Amino acid sequence: MRLKCPLCGERDRREFHYYGAEDYLHRPEVDAEPAAWDNYLHLRDNPAGMTRDLWYHEAGCAQWLLVTRNTVTHEISAVELVAERAK
Amino acid sequence: MPELIAKSALEGFSAQHLAGATLAEAEVGPITSVAVYPDGAKALAKGLKSIGLTFPAPNAFIEKKGTRIVWNGRDQAFLTGVVPPTLEGAAVSDQTDGWAVLALGGPGAVDVLARLVPLDLRLSAFPVGRVVRAPVNHMNAVILRTGDYAFEVMVFRSMARTAWHEFEAAMQALAARAAMKS
Ligand SMILES: [Zn+2]
Repeated sequence: MRLKCPLCGERDRREFHYYGAEDYLHRPEVDAEPAAWDNYLHLRDNPAGMTRDLWYHEAGCAQWLLVTRNTVTHEISAVELVAERAK
Repeated sequence: MPELIAKSALEGFSAQHLAGATLAEAEVGPITSVAVYPDGAKALAKGLKSIGLTFPAPNAFIEKKGTRIVWNGRDQAFLTGVVPPTLEGAAVSDQTDGWAVLALGGPGAVDVLARLVPLDLRLSAFPVGRVVRAPVNHMNAVILRTGDYAFEVMVFRSMARTAWHEFEAAMQALAARAAMKS
């Protein structure tokens, strides 16, 4: 498996650290309902198909990446810099 | 106040010549980290202009009379070989003592790199002026193609001897293999 880092180019999977679902980018407000925090911390989908998750380019540019990939076909359709995504 | 003697992490390591490659310590002078602030690019460009440089594109470095600016991350670069002028628009910090720089040269250098770095660094794929952040085995490194057959490898100072050992071992293995063939 290779990921095309927007900065470094195509790199081997072993250069990256997998963190988890994109959900980690959507932290609830401090005063949000407990249900929102429960969802943020614990509840994850387990899709057969498109999924978006966070990877860290540990052995390269040290950027967090948002990867869109397909768990069925293993196709990777997008790799974006978390730092440059639209807020 | 006692007089302190500045020593590089590779003090006393003499150049090694094996398998058509030469391994030596590179003297790059001061190393300054330049980390651009959000919206700082314009102000930084002004300061860099005063020494004839511009901020490099990803995976590139620019050299002017022994002074280099080396891309090493998003909005981040190393300025080497010069005491930096006043630079606005970026966090500027002296990193000279934090890094060790190895020079790997000669026609065999690419083969040595191929044993340690999981990237295509052949001369045709990695032209002069390019730089990558890449692992040397499991060590984080910054690798530059500085000349026709010349590379420089920057590693954390704490990794200097390990890096030297890895390169030396790769050169020995290549030399041993070549000896078997003849
Ligand atoms: Zn990267």
